[in-house]
Amino acid sequence: MTSIFKKAIQAIFLVTLPISAFADWALNMREGVTPISQKVYDMHMVSLWVVTIIGIIVFGIMFWSIFHHRKSRGVKPAKFSHSTTVEIIWTAIPLLIIIGLAIPATKLLIEMDDTSETALTVKAVGYQWKWKYEYLEDDLTLYSNLDEKSVELSQRADDVDPMEYSDYLLNVDEPLVLPTNTKIRILTTANDVIHAWWVPDLGWKRDAIPGFINDNWAYINEPGTYRGQCAEICGKGHGYMPIVVKAVSMDDYKVWVAEKKQEQDEANAASSKTMTKEELMTKGEAVYKANCLACHQANGQGVKGVFPALAGSKIATQPENLKTHITHILYGKNLMPPFGEQLNDGDIAAVTTYERNAWGNDTGDVVQPGDIAAERK
Amino acid sequence: MSTLAHEHDHHHAPSGLKRWIFSTNHKDIGTLYLIFALMMFFIGGAMAMIIRAELFQPGLQFVDPQFYNSMVTVHALIMIFGAVMPAGVGLANWMIPLMIGAPDMALPRMNNMSFWILPFGFALLISTLFMNGGGPAGGWTMYPPLVLQLNDAFPFLIFTVHILGVSSIMGAINIIATVFNMRAPGMTLMKMPLFVWTWVITAFLLIASLPVLAGAVTMLLTDKYFGTSFFSAAGGGDPVLFQHIFWFFGHPEVYILALPAFGIVSTIIPTFARKPLFGYASMVYATASIAILSFFVWAHHMFTVGMPIKGELFFMYATMLIAVPTGVKVFNWMATMWKGAMTFEAPMLFSIAFVILFTIGGFSGLMLGITPVDFQYHDTYFVVAHFHYVLLTGAVFSLMAAAYYWLPKWTGYMYDEKLAKIHFWLSAIASNVLFFPQHFLGLAGMPRRIPDYNIQFADFNMISSIGGFAYGISQLLFVYIVIKCALGGKKAKAQAWEGAKGLEWTVPSPAPFHTFETPPKLTKAMLEN
Repeated sequence: MTSIFKKAIQAIFLVTLPISAFADWALNMREGVTPISQKVYDMHMVSLWVVTIIGIIVFGIMFWSIFHHRKSRGVKPAKFSHSTTVEIIWTAIPLLIIIGLAIPATKLLIEMDDTSETALTVKAVGYQWKWKYEYLEDDLTLYSNLDEKSVELSQRADDVDPMEYSDYLLNVDEPLVLPTNTKIRILTTANDVIHAWWVPDLGWKRDAIPGFINDNWAYINEPGTYRGQCAEICGKGHGYMPIVVKAVSMDDYKVWVAEKKQEQDEANAASSKTMTKEELMTKGEAVYKANCLACHQANGQGVKGVFPALAGSKIATQPENLKTHITHILYGKNLMPPFGEQLNDGDIAAVTTYERNAWGNDTGDVVQPGDIAAERK
Repeated sequence: MSTLAHEHDHHHAPSGLKRWIFSTNHKDIGTLYLIFALMMFFIGGAMAMIIRAELFQPGLQFVDPQFYNSMVTVHALIMIFGAVMPAGVGLANWMIPLMIGAPDMALPRMNNMSFWILPFGFALLISTLFMNGGGPAGGWTMYPPLVLQLNDAFPFLIFTVHILGVSSIMGAINIIATVFNMRAPGMTLMKMPLFVWTWVITAFLLIASLPVLAGAVTMLLTDKYFGTSFFSAAGGGDPVLFQHIFWFFGHPEVYILALPAFGIVSTIIPTFARKPLFGYASMVYATASIAILSFFVWAHHMFTVGMPIKGELFFMYATMLIAVPTGVKVFNWMATMWKGAMTFEAPMLFSIAFVILFTIGGFSGLMLGITPVDFQYHDTYFVVAHFHYVLLTGAVFSLMAAAYYWLPKWTGYMYDEKLAKIHFWLSAIASNVLFFPQHFLGLAGMPRRIPDYNIQFADFNMISSIGGFAYGISQLLFVYIVIKCALGGKKAKAQAWEGAKGLEWTVPSPAPFHTFETPPKLTKAMLEN
């Protein structure tokens, strides 16, 4: 608590060392890296200046009045109480101002709405709590989870301090790689509840709604890494499903797609291989952290009344429930999403083994990829 | 004669607990509403303190994300339905009969009921925090499918909304019946005090919008338990349909919270400027225009759901149009102050702060109304800053102004002006330290309703939290001032404020248990607006 107190004092006096080593005092909207985000920024600045100028005039007159028309200066109150002329003036002027703002806003909105002639389509699917990206032309699918370091630092524990990690909660294991200088169509939808896909540098956000598909587009000018977050409350892990876009040149993008596909093929091929218990436990812990920990917690205790505990649970400890354990992971149950399509047999075998031997479960069970394949319908 | 008088008293002024439980007296029920609202303000405020404590620095320190989400959700429900709305109804109960020269509300027994079901509604809501799976945690907007994942708390949430809706509708009917039937002879509609006008319009908004909310949440209930699919695409429904219905209620609701505030400020500023309200008629028309427009702008809360562009353009234009009548109101308040002879007692300070800070909230509102830019602002802390400027430094500041303004009439004593001024300055400074940096956070990219954040947002969050704690603590001073005033102090005159106008100042302070048992005779001066 003393450190909190110290930081409070630092904040009060705006002496923010060592905080300021990482934090910035960003005051304004990001200009972004697309032609649209630049125009959105300009429109934002126009409206900000309009309201600032109106504010200075209106509050200025008010403060002048407060200073001069006070009883302590011995003034006598005037008697007037209406004037149709001024009422008409101060109805007409705001009307003209908002028409002046509405015209460029309309033009910009029409431009943003034009999703024609895109060269590449990516479908972003929101899950509780991760994003799936499908590259429709390239036949490639990725799952993008919060990175392991953020997961560790985001636990409620005394020995972690996220202040040392500049990408805290804004980093993922698999970024969305997109080519620059290409009009990309980005479809958004969701698997369970409503999410929203937002990367501020692209200049917009759009809801991802289960059962419906929204279409949007982006044209990224500069290579780089652009970070964003889910922007619609979607449950416990809402703050833990960032979006990372890595923009590279078209040539690099094509190389990346080929490499990624090869990597996935190799992983799938390798996933059917039998592993030792140690291998399964190590791999299983990593898979657990990326996929299971958000609900079932690091200690396997879950959240009472919402997410069941795995430590000591019947399904994760009794031999006769091994099959149920596997099918729950493959096909989901109630709030639990199906993992069968996002994880391969090796991953599921590893995480099942891990769950049956961690946190004092100690069943000694070893589950192999072949056991998982046998349960797949 | 003395026996008669005794019986009269005995019949009309029961003492002890019965006086409050069975009360049909508008003043007692008004007091109940106000005390209840103040209690809810502190319960909801305690939840805000938990939120600000967790957001004080990055990382999770105090609560788990699920509980954090339920704090965000229940804080909003309690502040909207438990604090601001009942406080408004309490003021209406106390002041409308006094302002229009009526002996009581038109439907006194219903008045009793509409208050006494409120504590039960909130008992249901708060009890959900202790249930299996925790309290509602999907935001006060209750969007499906997320809200349907709620466990045991779900039906309690729905029935809470129903109960609060019934209470508010009864309150609204009562206000309309009172104002249209019980005005003193000579008080035509366009001679009514502006506070009465704003409340009549608010009452119509309540009656028109709350049944829509009740319908929406009932559809949620049947989706969860009876297999319907109003909001599930898998069964042919649409989750966005809920948002349309919800915000058809939700946007008028914003003005249900704001219009009585306009009425309060329009009463207080002329008093302390010692000058009649400028543009009374245009104030009435502007209020009515805002109310009508409020039914045509709902989708600006959901620009990012992917509406057809024609819809987005319509809602953008309609939203920006609201700036016009709102601007008229602000200009009228300024013109009322212009060339007045102002003094700055606590009610006036809170009212002036209201005009400035509500206008700042209106500015960010205009920016949010511009659809292409809203795609960036939507669901960020920019929105959080916006609606706290209009609801806290707007609605709540006006309620504080009203409390100080009418406390002498309610208690018969003047409150401690020095302490009240300290309360004002602490509140005004702390609330700006609390909410102004949230504009920056939102623009920099911090989404709302997250329990933890990237370290780039650390500094402004810490400043905001410090402002939050300071604001929270300063409100304890308000409770002390109110209790001190109720217990004694300088005696208040019938006309407690030099420049005050209106019938409520013609009755003694404190206002007797029964007033205007025969209609007052209105002089010409009284009817001047």
